[in-house]
Amino acid sequence: MQLARVIGTVVATRKYTGLEGIKFLIVQPLSRQQRPVGEPVVAADGTAQAGPGELVFIVGSREAAQALPIKFVPVDHAIVGIVDEVET
Amino acid sequence: MYIGRVVGTVVATIKDEAFHGRKLLLVDKLGLDGRPVSDGRAAGTSDYTYDICVDVAQAGPGDLVLVIDEGNGARQVLGRGVAPVRAVIVGVVDEVDVPI
Repeated sequence: MQLARVIGTVVATRKYTGLEGIKFLIVQPLSRQQRPVGEPVVAADGTAQAGPGELVFIVGSREAAQALPIKFVPVDHAIVGIVDEVET
Repeated sequence: MYIGRVVGTVVATIKDEAFHGRKLLLVDKLGLDGRPVSDGRAAGTSDYTYDICVDVAQAGPGDLVLVIDEGNGARQVLGRGVAPVRAVIVGVVDEVDVPI
């Protein structure tokens, strides 16, 4: 699970069964110093409340789908929380 | 599993219910020499490889910890059939000995 910054939105009308109503956002994974790491990815919003500019945390791989209402959908990154504060 | 060092905490109000009541800690992954590692994905930076971990071992900042980064194990530890969780702190390490 990593920190990420929401940098954009994706609109897709035609989607695989089970993905209806899911919001997709483009997120830039961050190091813990909150500097960009690697390429941005498309993540499903498991919180349904994240928006551009927000600091979030994401989970990757198969566990991403478990953040969504239908648990076995083709998703490989999901936003699972909106970060209020990071203390180091 | 890997050994890491707790370097901070993450506070989030809005989160998946699997995280409710759980402590989230930032953990740097350590190499055999006990120093943080950088996996090279941090293009242009030397920032360390880390995970945001759910803590079930009463760990705190500065502690050396044992981390499992795998979903099935994480769900088993949390006692949930479904949870979007991968990284969990499952132990506080007292000592590591690697004779070479």
